Amino acid sequence: MSDTISINGTQHSLPDDPRRSLLDFVRQDLGLTGTKKGCDHGQCGACTVIVNGIRINSCLTLAVMHDGDEVTTIEGLGTPEAPSELQKAFVAHDGFQCGYCTPGQICSATAMLQEIANNWPSDASESLEGEMNVTGEEIRERMSGNLCRCGAYANIVAAIRDVAEESA
Amino acid sequence: MTVHFKQDKPEQSNRLDGMKQGVLGKGVSRLEGLAKVTGTAPYAAEYPVEGCAEGVLVTSTITRGEVVGLDKDAVLAMPGVLAVIDDSRLTTRPAQGTANEAPKQGPKTISYWGQPIALVVAETFEQARDAAKHLTVKYREEEGAPVDPQAVETEEKDGTVRQGDLAHAMAEAAHSVDVTFTTRGHASAAMEPHAAIAEWDGDKLTVHASLQMLNYNISELADALGVEEDDVRLISRFVGGGFGSKLGISEEVVAAAIAAKDLARPVRVVMSRQQVFQCIMRRSETTQRLRLAADEDGKLTGFGHHAVVSNLPGEVFAEPVLQSSHFLYSGENRELMLEVARIHRMTAGSVRAPGEAVGMPALEGAMDVLAEKVGIDPVELRLKNIPEQDPEEGLPFSSNKLAECLKQGAEAFGWDSGPRKPRQHQDGEWWVGTGMASAARAHSISEARAKVTLKSDGTALVETDMTDIGTGTYTILAQIAGEMLGLEPNKVLVELGDTRHPRGSGSGGSWGAASTGSAVYVACKAIREDLAARVGVEETALELSQGKTSAGKSLIDLLGGEDIAREGHYEPGDIKDDYTAAGFGAFFAQVRVNRYTGETRVDRMLGAFGFGRVLNHKTARSQCLGGITWSIGVALTEALEFDPRDGHLVNCDLAEYHVPVNRDVPELDVLMVEERDAAASPIQAKGIGELGMCGGAAAIANAIYNASGARIFDYPMTPDHVLKAMPD
Ligand code: FES
Ligand code: FES
Repeated sequence: MSDTISINGTQHSLPDDPRRSLLDFVRQDLGLTGTKKGCDHGQCGACTVIVNGIRINSCLTLAVMHDGDEVTTIEGLGTPEAPSELQKAFVAHDGFQCGYCTPGQICSATAMLQEIANNWPSDASESLEGEMNVTGEEIRERMSGNLCRCGAYANIVAAIRDVAEESA
Repeated sequence: MTVHFKQDKPEQSNRLDGMKQGVLGKGVSRLEGLAKVTGTAPYAAEYPVEGCAEGVLVTSTITRGEVVGLDKDAVLAMPGVLAVIDDSRLTTRPAQGTANEAPKQGPKTISYWGQPIALVVAETFEQARDAAKHLTVKYREEEGAPVDPQAVETEEKDGTVRQGDLAHAMAEAAHSVDVTFTTRGHASAAMEPHAAIAEWDGDKLTVHASLQMLNYNISELADALGVEEDDVRLISRFVGGGFGSKLGISEEVVAAAIAAKDLARPVRVVMSRQQVFQCIMRRSETTQRLRLAADEDGKLTGFGHHAVVSNLPGEVFAEPVLQSSHFLYSGENRELMLEVARIHRMTAGSVRAPGEAVGMPALEGAMDVLAEKVGIDPVELRLKNIPEQDPEEGLPFSSNKLAECLKQGAEAFGWDSGPRKPRQHQDGEWWVGTGMASAARAHSISEARAKVTLKSDGTALVETDMTDIGTGTYTILAQIAGEMLGLEPNKVLVELGDTRHPRGSGSGGSWGAASTGSAVYVACKAIREDLAARVGVEETALELSQGKTSAGKSLIDLLGGEDIAREGHYEPGDIKDDYTAAGFGAFFAQVRVNRYTGETRVDRMLGAFGFGRVLNHKTARSQCLGGITWSIGVALTEALEFDPRDGHLVNCDLAEYHVPVNRDVPELDVLMVEERDAAASPIQAKGIGELGMCGGAAAIANAIYNASGARIFDYPMTPDHVLKAMPD
């Protein structure tokens, strides 16, 4: 199939207007407003979604560039009835206040834990090679692309650690 | 039925602690939490509205003057464009908090760079954005608008205090400090940009907006449009952060309402991040002179704090820098004065903790200098200077937990009270050191209404137009009602953010929880009276928990198929005038300063706070964490940069205005020093949304000095400042 994009497992045709960002496509055209717009310039991380397993800022990419791609948004990670482990941990640890950065944080953290599992290094890693560990400093570094003006960082780190340790 | 309670006296009966449900104060997880983490909580721009057109604001590229022409036809010919709106009712500045009337209107007259001058509406966002960019505007510019606060005459604000003879006290003092601090402008930078969807049904207007104080915003909007309040409905169920920036009605709300009426279809207007920076609020920069005179032992004999701030002509708001300086420390000879410079930069207004957010970092920096001169431990210096009563007004404190916070905080942090000298600890290329500061934030409380219904099915409903801006309102109101009525919080449905409900207090100045919480308390007390009569006991003897009386009778039976509804109306009376009320606390920080680059990293930080009753341990702690995080921004990174030629805000986005990111924030400790402040509110609570950033930056600044020997008087303490001040 051509000119389609999979969002949370459902196929959609791409928008006509080539100017439409992936972010506006999911929010406006599909009504999936869980993905947030905080800056529209790749500066805040509120719009983070997972494309083919990799986290990206959906405001920085045009929807038409994603022919054939598989996109997961916050709605694809869990629902109020069946939340993901990270979603539950964010509630338990109060990893948010206003909640506006939160879907982005959770999408980002979901993909970020996979990056550590894949042993991709970060600035906080001791070495560029070998096994990567889920330390507080690794989480802080790797989550620094997701701003939280409410200042919930300490609880965000606690929530992510909790899930990482459970699944370890 | 409305029950009115005006509080003239402290609430000593302490009813809440006598209740049996045992849920108040507990760390209950946010009731709306799952909606937020799954992305199903709708924010202002996210309501599905059939046939919604999209509006984009056009803003001024001159500082002062007139719009003399808009080339509407050219953009109306562009694809999808529906209208170019330059109605004289468009607002050109945000309303200040609690304004209750329209802010400045008339988009043709320009008084700052970035001011909204028109709205372009199109079928899609992309079309509107493109057209807005292409709208040609002709200006008649009025040159020479002053934009530098240092270069203009200042006006003195009311409230200057002159007590005794400060100059004499300074001359006679065994130890004195006379220093000048500067702080830079700050932006609220709430993560959700300002947004509104307006829809008319005949003469009835409904607006989904992102606002903190619907109880004021409704009159501000009605006034701006020239319509009756009764014809306006505002909805803000979820607000993606406010921090002062959404206190008053903002420009996009009025613009959306006017456009929707003109086009007879719904219109959405979302500000771009750059617009949020440039045409909402800035915290004023400040210049602050601190004069402290002390005797041999460090007891203050004189206290001087003089601040200069700025704002646009015609704005009443002036950053209340001296708010807590009036009462925090003793010193019989006093001089406090606030001045305002009138300049043509964007509107200055409330940004989280207006006043103390910048006043306390300066005062507490000066106290550190004094402690060094006297040669005593900085914690000791504060302890010595806690006044018995308000040193200016002579009023008693409603409560003052400063000493406890200082002592308990120092102990929990492991504060070394021995002699202090800079540059004692080195770790590779880093100097490591510690610093501390007091915290203080004046307490505010306001009138508020809330309706509580105890339903025949044994659940409760709380309704008020109060907002939850991330502060935890949904949860704490359910806890208060649950405690009073003997219900688990998940049996209490809280409906907020809709002007169809009774007027709450709104969220601002840390007053929401205590004010609206008190209205819920008053309503619940009245419901309890009704229930007590049914049981045949005094209300004070009625014990309720888990939906039953202590005799085992269920609420459902007692209600017999009927609801009981009461509207609580709380009003602060004489308690407002009879006491000086504030939240107090202490900050402790350990930092490392790079000896070669001047970079500062915060290793750990602790805040100890006393703010009355803790309503929810988890959400209160989060408020403290947020405040401490902002303290790190004030200390190290946040500064608005204005173009000296035209006063426009240059770093108007999140890449150039540096809010703390995750890695800037280490593990933080919060100590809540529990107390009941009976004169603060009927529920004996004060606010905690702001206290956590009132002084924390000074703990970091003082730690920078202790670590590296760099004594800096300008916030934020970026590497260039640190390097310049660092001894060789
Ligand atoms: S909205 Fe995409 S990074 Fe901010
Ligand atoms: S929870 Fe409000 S911005 Fe993160």
